[in-house]
Amino acid sequence: MDNLAEFFHMGGYAFYVWGSYGLAAVMLSYNIIGPLWRLRGLQRRLSLRPANSPGVSKP
Amino acid sequence: MWYWLHRFSSPAYFYRFAGKATPWLAAITGLLLLAGLYGGLVLAPADYQQGDSYRIIFIHVPSAWMSLFIYVVMAAAGGIGLIWHIKLAEVVAACSAPIGASFTFIALATGSLWGKPMWGTWWVWDARLTSELILLFLYFGVIALQSAGEDKRTASRASAILALVGMINIPIIHFSVEWWNTLHQGATVSKMGAPSIHTSMLVPLLIMALACKFYYATSLLMRARAELLEREHNSNWIRDALKNHG
Repeated sequence: MDNLAEFFHMGGYAFYVWGSYGLAAVMLSYNIIGPLWRLRGLQRRLSLRPANSPGVSKP
Repeated sequence: MWYWLHRFSSPAYFYRFAGKATPWLAAITGLLLLAGLYGGLVLAPADYQQGDSYRIIFIHVPSAWMSLFIYVVMAAAGGIGLIWHIKLAEVVAACSAPIGASFTFIALATGSLWGKPMWGTWWVWDARLTSELILLFLYFGVIALQSAGEDKRTASRASAILALVGMINIPIIHFSVEWWNTLHQGATVSKMGAPSIHTSMLVPLLIMALACKFYYATSLLMRARAELLEREHNSNWIRDALKNHG
């Protein structure tokens, strides 16, 4: 338990170290989740279009 | 080779291929991130000068490398789109910009969080920091041009020109610590000569750099698929592609 507390303490630099990694985690997650939602939304919207809807040219 | 390139750059093929590759790339990214973070935050010893604060290096330096790498990819893809009018190249350029901007922002912000305890200041207008900030604004410019106007292809051409002109900033960032007397420390890892860093710190740093490369590939393919669906929503291949998806 001591070791874990020491780990999180980061020799007194906890704010700077964890701040850095936290910020990076937020930015990098957003760059995965954002595109994923956009992709899923588009896939749903485009596949729900009726086959003869305007904008879809016949093969 | 040309046949393969041509086939690969067809939106339908790329959409399918990217869909298959994404989960694998994401898994590799995750494993590398875990390994790199464990090596960097747990295994590597504290620095004898900077204590534990130096551990920011494992996200700061790979992000800074990525900010340059993605910019070069974006400018090259933009140039290819400009010259040969390859749609996929335009999409890659457009989708790289937000990822590159994110890495640039992470590099700047983590640098700031590192500078405060080490230099005693969040920010200085030194050559490295200023040129990296200019890089962020170049990314913003490219993103703004991408979303300006109705016609995506005109927007792509305009942003490609800006990206190519902005290429001049890349060597400036790279050599800024040598050309000017900066507060920012010099390169820790270089191709020439042995890196001035212990193996226990170098290995996690390189693993994190590789993780960031795979992360970029993952995020880029996901963005590119969405962008292709949006740009090509009238094309026939989309209906076939989505049929399998259900």
